[in-house]
Formats: sequence, C-alpha cells, structure tokens
Amino acid sequence: MAKKYLLKGPRFIDPSSGTDAVLDFLIVDGAIESMKPSLSAPNSCEVIDMKGKIVAPGFIDMHVHLREPGFEHKETIETGTRSAAYGGFTAVCCMPNTNPAIDDESIVRFVHSQGETVNDGIVEVHPIGAVTKGRIGKELSPIAELVQAGAVGLSDDGAPVYDAEMMRRGLEYAGMYGVPVIQHCEEPSLAHGGVMNEGFVATELGLPGIPSIAEEIMIARDILLTEYTRSRYHVAHMSTQGAVTLVREAKKRGVSITSEVTPHHFTLTDELVRTFDTNSKMNPPLRTAADVEAIKEGLRDGTVDVIASDHAPHSLDEKEVDYLQAPFGIVGLETSIGLAITELVDRGIITISQLVEKFSTNPRKIIGRSIAIREGSPANFTFIDPEIRWKVDTSLFKSKSKNSPFHGRTLKGKAVGIFNRGKMLLVH
Amino acid sequence: MGLSSRHLLGLDGMPKSDIEMILDAAVSFKEILGRPIKKVPTLQGKTIVNLFFENSTRTRISFELAERRLSADVVNFSASGSSVSKGETLKDTARNIEAMKIDMVVIRHNAAGTPHFLTRVVQAAVLNAGDGCHEHPTQALLDMYTLKEKFGTLEGLRVCIVGDISHSRVARSNIYGLKTMGAKVSVCGPATLIPKEIEKLGVTVYHRIDDVLPNVDALNVLRIQMERQSGGLFPSLREYHRFFGVTKERLDRVDHPITIMHPGPINRDVELSADVADGPHSVILDQVLNGVAVRMSVLYLLGAAN
Repeated sequence: MAKKYLLKGPRFIDPSSGTDAVLDFLIVDGAIESMKPSLSAPNSCEVIDMKGKIVAPGFIDMHVHLREPGFEHKETIETGTRSAAYGGFTAVCCMPNTNPAIDDESIVRFVHSQGETVNDGIVEVHPIGAVTKGRIGKELSPIAELVQAGAVGLSDDGAPVYDAEMMRRGLEYAGMYGVPVIQHCEEPSLAHGGVMNEGFVATELGLPGIPSIAEEIMIARDILLTEYTRSRYHVAHMSTQGAVTLVREAKKRGVSITSEVTPHHFTLTDELVRTFDTNSKMNPPLRTAADVEAIKEGLRDGTVDVIASDHAPHSLDEKEVDYLQAPFGIVGLETSIGLAITELVDRGIITISQLVEKFSTNPRKIIGRSIAIREGSPANFTFIDPEIRWKVDTSLFKSKSKNSPFHGRTLKGKAVGIFNRGKMLLVH
Repeated sequence: MGLSSRHLLGLDGMPKSDIEMILDAAVSFKEILGRPIKKVPTLQGKTIVNLFFENSTRTRISFELAERRLSADVVNFSASGSSVSKGETLKDTARNIEAMKIDMVVIRHNAAGTPHFLTRVVQAAVLNAGDGCHEHPTQALLDMYTLKEKFGTLEGLRVCIVGDISHSRVARSNIYGLKTMGAKVSVCGPATLIPKEIEKLGVTVYHRIDDVLPNVDALNVLRIQMERQSGGLFPSLREYHRFFGVTKERLDRVDHPITIMHPGPINRDVELSADVADGPHSVILDQVLNGVAVRMSVLYLLGAAN
C-alpha cells in the first residue's frame, strides 16, 4: 500500500518559485500528490502537524568532508550522512581529500553508491572530484571521466591549485562540462606554517599567522583566470573583508563566480583563539570582527551565494594536542542551520527566504542539482522550527567526531526533519 | 595574601600587585642566596616536575636550583629519550604525572598555550617556563627585578627590546609586565621581525637602533636565531650586526649610560658586541643570579597557596 503523509499547516518557502505561503502537502509514495491550503487527510495517511514550522526545498551542504575512504576513524559516509540528516540536509557534496583522493572515476562511483546504501539513501552524496591527480597540483585528473561518473564540481580542497597554469587548464577543462572549479583560496607561500589569523591576537599569543592577503591574492588571480578562460569558479569558505570586495566587484563585471561562507566565519572571531582551544583552529582561520561584518554584508547583498559548513571531523585524540600540531577544522553539519538562523535571520541580516536560497536554491544551482517543488515532483524537503531554543551538546551529535567550538551554546532555530526519496526523518 | 592565580601562565593580564609581590619576595630569596648555607625548608615535602619538551639548559638549571634551594623533591623530564618520542600524547604524559601525585609542574614547550592546556588536565599548579613564541613570565620577572634593583623603580623607566620580536616570548612577557609596572616600552628590529599591530600593545616601534639609544635607560637585547636568516627574514648576520647590533661605538655616541640586558645565550658580535656584553653597564650576570631568586619567589608563592 502506498505510504501517505500529510504535512499540515507549515509555512512553505521556495525562493526559486517565489512562494511564501501556508500550504498543506499530501505526499504519496515519495511524490507530491497535492500542495494546497487546508487539504484533508485521505484514509491511512500519517498526518504531521507542522503549524509554526517552515517547509523548504531540501537543503544541501556543498562543502563537507566525509573522510571515507581512508580516514574512517574520523567519519564514514554512513555517520557523516546521518549527521547531515539530523542537521537538516537532504544532500551533501563531499570533498576529495580522502585516501585515495577522489581523482578516479572508481572512487567517485564508490562514494556515490555508498551514499545510496547507507541510512536508506535519505541523504544524497554528490562527490567533488580532484582537479589534479592526488591533489598535488602537477597533472590534471581525468576530469571528463570524473564528471561522467557523477562528480558535481572539482577541487583540490585544502591543497589549493597554486600553479597558475594548472589552474587555467583545470578551469578550461571543467568549463567544457559546465562544472565549477571550487577553490580553497590560500596562496601557500604566504600562509606557510600559520595556524591562525595574522593580526593583533596572533601577535599577542605569539602564534604564526595566516595573513588575509594569502586568501585574497589567490582569489584575485583566480578571478582573472576565470574571466580569461570564460569558465565557472566557486570560492570555498570565504573569510576576509578583502575577499568579499573582490568577489563583489567580479560579479559586477559579469564574471561567472560564486562564493560560500561557513557559519563559524560569520559567528566567531580570532579572539576565540585566546582560549587555546584547538576547536578554534580551522583553515581559513577565524578572522577579525571587521571581516565578520563584511561577510554578513556579503550575505545580505548577495555577494555570498551559499552557506556551507566545511564539516571537518577529527577524532578527540587528534584534536587534544598542542595548538601547533592540531589539525585544522571543526564539525558543522548539526549546528549550521541553527547558527544561520540565530546569527543572521534573528539579527535581521538576511530574511528567512534568503536563508533558504543560501542553503538550497543557490548551491543546488551551482552544482547542477536544482529541484522543483510542485505537484507530481519528488518530495525533497527540509523542515525547520525557526523559534525553538536549544543548547548545542556535542555528545548528541550523530557525527563520529565532536570537534565543535559551539558546545554549550544556545541557538534559536533548528532543522526538525527532512523528507527525501520517500523517507522521512523527524528530529525532536 | 597570595597571588591572584594558582598558576603562573603569563604576565598578560597579571595584576600589578601580583608582580610587586613576586619582586618583593624575591629580595629575601636573593639574600638567602648570599648566605653560606643557601637552602631553606619552604617547599619540603612538595614534589615538582620540570617538564621540558624543548631543549633548555639555562632555564631548566635555574628552576632546578630554585626548587632544590627551597627543599622540594625534583623530577626532571625532558622530551628526548622519553615516551613523548614514542608517540605518547601530551595529555597522556600529563595524566601520568598526575597519577604520580605531583604538586607543581614547570613546563616548557614549543607550542603557545601548552601550559594553559595543562591546567585543564591536571590538578597541579602549572608554571610556564616558556611556551612557543608566547610567554616566558619568569624571564620577564627576573628582567624586571634586575631593572628595579638597578633603578629603584620601573615607573617611567624607558626600556627598549631589540631584535626578533616576532618569535620572542621574552619580548612579549617583558612588554606585558613592564607596561603594567608603568615603564615606557619600545621595540627595535627589522620590519620582518616585528609582528603585526604590535603598536596596539602600547609600544613604540623603531627600525634604527641609533634612533633608540638617546631615548632609553635600558636595552633588553634578544638572541638572533640563525634559522630566521634561512627563512628569509633578514639577509645576513653580518648585515644585522652592522645595522642592529649593540656596539660600544654606538653606545659611546650617547651622553648617558644605558643598562644592557640579554636573556642568553649571547651570539657575541651579532646582536651584542663582546665589549658591551662584558662592559660596565652590562647586568647580564646579575640577571642569572636574580633568575634563581625570582623563581624561588614564584615557587614559594604558588607552593604556599597550593
């Protein structure tokens, strides 16, 4: 018998169709049978009261590290997608810094099919392929094969393509297939050895700094390369004021450039490093209050297209070492939406509709996985309670790793469920 | 009345009254060091471990001497040949120490913040003996003691720290401590060795040593490290000496005496010419003796509180 659900009374927000209305959804066998105000429940239908909740097209986190294959002690595709599901995401894009790297079609297929298998496939896993073989910047990876096998973008992730010629060729090659090159922007010769933002706090603490110009110089170069090659380019986890300005100006000129920021970069500053808590160590590093303000302005005016978590799980043993040795990165899938509502929507920086754009509409468009929510189409939803107050407790995370600087923080708003591929997960 | 903290992690934020208490108590300990029998029973029954993850001869010996003169039981632990090189984590090492019921830990480590980390995993009182390029509080305290001994007060005293400020924990602790005590602090070095936005700490930045000399009472000359040259931070030791070296000719051009300090070990004729290091205004050896007295003072004040 067909499984039926009736979502009763939610506010439905879909910026791609310009919808913001209270609608009921009747879902039958995973497809939207009907979406209208005040639907009545047919026989043997599960009715879910969603008054006061928001229903949005399924959110996607386009920048996560699932660590499989190679680093399964930090995270697996199973634990990572469970974390995504509980965090409110129906899809993730996973970065290729695995071992082996995702630089071969067999690995793209493995990661993708693993995603289909675990957790009933409720979270779609879209791999990002490496730009260069082994992510070492020397030879192009088989880009055409990677894209054919399902890679939705190309990136060398934390090992940015530093060689300008190599970046040019990568952009040209990826451009043929309409996929973006996603760059972790950091000029290695300037960032070398740094563990935090270069500036007053680093000066006080005596820790080696990563200057903002390391990020900005690579973005500036890549903008010129993108313009020259007429290809597509996406700036991962932008963190500085200067970077926002560069992207804003490039967009104005019509360059095919998009950008993302992480919740920690619009929430925290390098002041947190004073605790020497290694969960304040990430790359790009936490920057200054002025940078946070610039990022918020970029989110508001559309310079920043996407919010992505850069979910970077590390085991407790790996993080509980001295600050110089600790690996970069924090987990983010289960705090991302709460932080965005608390820091951005609740403070009037962006509207809830802009939030949906940055978590769903825009990233899906960038990776070519847009969805349409209409009668007859598959139900792919994120459910949000925008009012609920909750306290982050890392021990409750579904992720295998607990490395978060947000433990104990009270947030307003959270994902309370997802619906995808005929399956529903409700989170209480 | 004891110190406001049960650890000594750094001088950043340490109240003036704490610094005064340490410097005052050090006077009595220095007096003890002049006696024929230099040992007092102050820390009898207390166990102190010197946890040195970074090579150090002077600081470790100075601490050890201070501990033994206070009659503490002393255990030395250095990274080479220890379980650290076998892959044991810092946390495991710390917990092992904890299991052995140690009262105080003196730690030196190449990473900033390691003593702070230690305070979160062990019960013992923690003394920072140098953490990366962050702080070296007992060095700054002994520098301040030496200056106070010489000048009577630190208030209004003009002190310039010369050399590689970026990589110096001695510089940072001196800046924090001296500023708290009301001294006028400046730094001098090549632009490549001065960290960003250091002016915000209330210090004046100089790039010419000859501009500094007429305006200071004392210089704290830092050791210049060879590896900074290979790292591209300055062109050569020879050039460094010519442009930043503290020499007799330079000091002679100034019409007042300038007290010379150096945390050691000295690269003679690089940052400091030999005749200045051994000259009449050098207090470098006083610093060494005062180091033991100041460390006794800190150990006493923390040990008494714990």
